[in-house]
Amino acid sequence: MVASKYSIDEENKSIWVYLEHEAGIFENVSLELLGKGRELANQLGWSLTGLLLGREVFELAKSAFTYGADEVWLADHPLLEYFTIDAYAPLAYQALIQGKPGVFLLGATPNGRDLAGSLAVRLRTGLNADCTGLKLSMPDGVLVSEVSGFGGGILALIEMRTHRPQMATVRPGVFAPLEPDYRRQGRIVHIPIDLSPGFIQTRIIERVIGKGVDLTHNPVIVAGGRGMEGNFQILQELAGLLGGEIGATRPPVDDGFIDRERQIGQTGVVCSPKLALCCGISGAFHFLVGIEKATTVIAINSDPEAPIFEASDYCVIGDISQILPHLIETIRETQKDSQALKI
Amino acid sequence: MPELNIVVCVKVVPKSEEIRVDPATRLLVRSGVRSEINPPDMNAMEMALYLKDRYHARVNLLSMGPPAFEPFLRVAMAMGADHIYLLSDRLFAGADTLATTYTLAQGIRKLGGVDLIFCGEESADGATGQVPSGLAEWLGIAQLTLLTEIDVDLEHRLAQGRRALKGGYEILEVPLPCVVSVKTASNEPRFMDYQLKSRAFSEGQVTVWNATVLQADPEHIGQVGSPTWVSGLAEAPSRQRKREFIHGTNEEIVRQLVDLIQQAV
Repeated sequence: MVASKYSIDEENKSIWVYLEHEAGIFENVSLELLGKGRELANQLGWSLTGLLLGREVFELAKSAFTYGADEVWLADHPLLEYFTIDAYAPLAYQALIQGKPGVFLLGATPNGRDLAGSLAVRLRTGLNADCTGLKLSMPDGVLVSEVSGFGGGILALIEMRTHRPQMATVRPGVFAPLEPDYRRQGRIVHIPIDLSPGFIQTRIIERVIGKGVDLTHNPVIVAGGRGMEGNFQILQELAGLLGGEIGATRPPVDDGFIDRERQIGQTGVVCSPKLALCCGISGAFHFLVGIEKATTVIAINSDPEAPIFEASDYCVIGDISQILPHLIETIRETQKDSQALKI
Repeated sequence: MPELNIVVCVKVVPKSEEIRVDPATRLLVRSGVRSEINPPDMNAMEMALYLKDRYHARVNLLSMGPPAFEPFLRVAMAMGADHIYLLSDRLFAGADTLATTYTLAQGIRKLGGVDLIFCGEESADGATGQVPSGLAEWLGIAQLTLLTEIDVDLEHRLAQGRRALKGGYEILEVPLPCVVSVKTASNEPRFMDYQLKSRAFSEGQVTVWNATVLQADPEHIGQVGSPTWVSGLAEAPSRQRKREFIHGTNEEIVRQLVDLIQQAV
């Protein structure tokens, strides 16, 4: 077996978290990892460090302390304004080789995954990807990652005893951030930067980040399938009343009735709402994976044999085109009544 | 000489909906489970063949696994690829991401002169999604991940792609050679061509390379080269749903639904 670039004997008693940000705001998953990292660090009596690369991100470093970090290793440079693997991977590698953390956690986001994949090879270490759980095996303090495969049907526990750092990317929405504590302070370590434009072979020609929609954390999802026959306006109306968002199975997305970012399931979003209301959805395995974490599932479908009913708490066999307008009207009246009561 | 030399990395995986864990042995039950080409790899195939439709390109399939993968790879080849390279050796078994990317990189080095390496976004079984960037790192070349569209500039030897981001996208350009990962479901994979099928299933379409041929460092491959190990395996606890049917007239159903929705939210 080939040894990692630094060994267990050389590791420092620290957990590192990669801090990802967009437009001056931390990605939620980075705050979630600071929360979980804090918990693990306390268990071990270790320290928690954030790794922050970007342009004009000094204020973010201070904010990381309020979310649990003891220390932030910071690289601030114009060429780090946007993520490129060419600039980010060498700098992160250099910092890791110097800081030698025992554990290094990243969010399983597009950039987090790219960075983790590159760094794991560079560091000659193992990487547990898209984890849905993290815990420590005591007394030796080995990190045990829970990962799911086969569309979420199989869980595996993975650990690594011989190589460092113990790397994991973690699925967004699995852990909760700490409440910010504005009295918390920490230490900033500046990473020496040796970057020149010639170093970066990736050219960013265009970059468009809309507000986007993140179904992962939404409390109410109103999802439609083929049975909606493209009528997502009515679902939008219902979702609006319930303070939720609309989602869909794959066929309406493929047919262009709804944006792909709203596709729920194995190849889309795995959401964990309090309520998933499934309309005209037959309930293919690939879709059901995406609502498995919902607290309550209600399904309306005209086919009594639809598999969606096997995976629902409340099942309505009926005609959507009749039930939904009536449902919307009734909810609207109920809300008016409660408004009236408040007045 | 083709203008573009393309490799598509594909994996054969057990069908997700059929796989189970044996509660006694805690091992995956593979018997009776059908296999398929990893569905996201089909999107990678399609994007590679899209380039082949436009340029004079050679598209090779590269896979690591047992000889039993061959028929699946031949079906994929019949979509329009030219040849199959199967990296097969008992020594490759038990590989995690580090060992897998090393082995695939050795295969690509041996092929030589490769311009573009396509991968699916992730595999259905492990779902690590870390192979593309690991591969680029071993090969020391550029990467474009999560692409929904691609084009190449042959004259300047550049690849340009649209990369999917949360709530948006970016258009990136890198020099060739590069590794490309294709966003799952970003295209509609073509069907196997029946005329190509007979060629794909004829002799001489599959080249098998073992560890010796690849000049693979034994310390880097298979279980030996894999720092991570699986210490436990279980079927995900499926949430027990109530499966309560609501009956009545539409009015009665709606009344009950409103109550249930209010309770849930």
